[in-house]
Amino acid sequence: MKENWLKKLDWLLLPMVGLVGVIVAWYALSATFSKELPNPSQTWATAKPYIMEPFAKRGEQDQGILRLAGYSLRLVACGYFVALLIGTPLGFCLGLSKTFTKMADPIIQVLRPVSPLAWLPLGLALFLGAGKNALDYGALFTIAICAMWPTVLNTAVGVRAIPQDYLNVAKVLKLSRTKTLFKVLIPATLPYMFTGFRLSLGIAWLVIVAAEMLTGKTGVGSFLWNEYNNANYGNIIFSILTIGIIGYVLDRIMSVVEGRFKTA
Amino acid sequence: MAFLELKNVCKSFGGTCVLKDINLSIEKGEFVAIVGFSGAGKTTLINMITGLLRPDSGTAKLNDLEITEPGPDRGVVFQNYSLLPWLTVFENIQLAVDQVNPNWATAKRTEHVEKYIAMVNLAPARDKKPHELSGGMRQRVSVARALAMDPQVLLLDEPLSALDALTRAMLQDEISRIWSADKKTVVLITNDPDEGIYLADRIIPLTAGPGATLGPSFQVEIPRPRDRKAVNHDDHFKQIRRDITTFMLNSKSNRHTAITRKLVLPDIEPEDLNLPRSVSGWRKHPLRKREMEEVKVEVDK
Repeated sequence: MKENWLKKLDWLLLPMVGLVGVIVAWYALSATFSKELPNPSQTWATAKPYIMEPFAKRGEQDQGILRLAGYSLRLVACGYFVALLIGTPLGFCLGLSKTFTKMADPIIQVLRPVSPLAWLPLGLALFLGAGKNALDYGALFTIAICAMWPTVLNTAVGVRAIPQDYLNVAKVLKLSRTKTLFKVLIPATLPYMFTGFRLSLGIAWLVIVAAEMLTGKTGVGSFLWNEYNNANYGNIIFSILTIGIIGYVLDRIMSVVEGRFKTA
Repeated sequence: MAFLELKNVCKSFGGTCVLKDINLSIEKGEFVAIVGFSGAGKTTLINMITGLLRPDSGTAKLNDLEITEPGPDRGVVFQNYSLLPWLTVFENIQLAVDQVNPNWATAKRTEHVEKYIAMVNLAPARDKKPHELSGGMRQRVSVARALAMDPQVLLLDEPLSALDALTRAMLQDEISRIWSADKKTVVLITNDPDEGIYLADRIIPLTAGPGATLGPSFQVEIPRPRDRKAVNHDDHFKQIRRDITTFMLNSKSNRHTAITRKLVLPDIEPEDLNLPRSVSGWRKHPLRKREMEEVKVEVDK
């Protein structure tokens, strides 16, 4: 009976055990090897004002954590939507046209592995003309171009994976090109597209930290960097945890959305 | 002038001739079944009537017009149903109806769709998605979709081959009933001679591929409505079944060929545990690939 009860709760107990293990290791590390590393209770102490008043605005960099995260999320959202807006049609073209694939594939394969840190200076240079908005546009450009690739590639794979049967139906019914696109191609590709969207969102969130560190735009990433410069190491850990948790939540949300579009 | 006519049609894929010298003429309102082995090219044949494929040589004509592309005047029931999984039963049929009758009022189109759903007895499943339906029900949706387009010819590409025997018999009766109601021209492709004889006015065997061609056609003179149980004891039915089976088996039997295959075994040597072991543990003369014998195997081509 008792064992049964334990088994039912292991979804809660086992993660707790893991968490306790990590915290103990953290204490041990800060007590022995790295004296500069704040231990968990010190970290909590420095982070407390940011958590307790999550929307406070005490100064340009000294703001509540959710307000900071809000700035970051807004930038990510813009960059992400640009990525989807460009990536999805591009993916469709790649999936539909062999000629276009042959033309574009080498370029994509070369651009895809480039790090966000490398794109950012180019983004800034591109939008030099925009004056004081250059930082915004540069960051947007970086997020968009880095986050685009999973959407592009997944959409292309999805279009190529459409069963011939569905295309035959479209042919027999003599659907027009637009109707084929909206009634057959897009619905058939949706599951793949959403997998791409989810991966893209993950990357967009990865890129934001780098973009904010370099541009100094207010947000979680620049907060982290400033706290490093202020030698406030507790808040570095705090920022990392925040970034991780938000990333996790975003991924969960996307996977719920993705699940809704799975066709049997 | 026949209604649907194929003349000297040949089709090959990648150098292999799949169909050759196909001559077929079907009158309006006729129910014709084509029986053939799986892989003989039945689907290729029907795809040339739907227009999804063009013949390499020869012509396919409907109503004296050459078939060059697919169109809604030829309703197809595909072998694997081909329903769009993101649409409900109603929407799947509606897509076809909207496409064929764009000028109708919305109410009329809806009514038309409902009528065909009722015709295949699927009214309770109207708003279900295909994955919620059984194979038999999906196939009925597929039939309803094809019929709702009110095509000149109904092409059935092994519509029942994926179903269990009981469902199949039930759907055969249903197809028979629907056909009697509106007497469309029907081409049924099947791998089951019984099914063909039971349903069709005329049954034509397709010889075994490659290079399959149509055999002589057999007129089925069993009065309708046909009774499944009675038909099984009908002498005419038995006679046709015997003739077709004989014809098809004969077409297959002269296609045996011998090919030589080299047996490839992994290039390792089994250890004989009875032999005294030398230091290295290996036998003196290991068996190598080149020492393997060649064998001849007889295969069906």
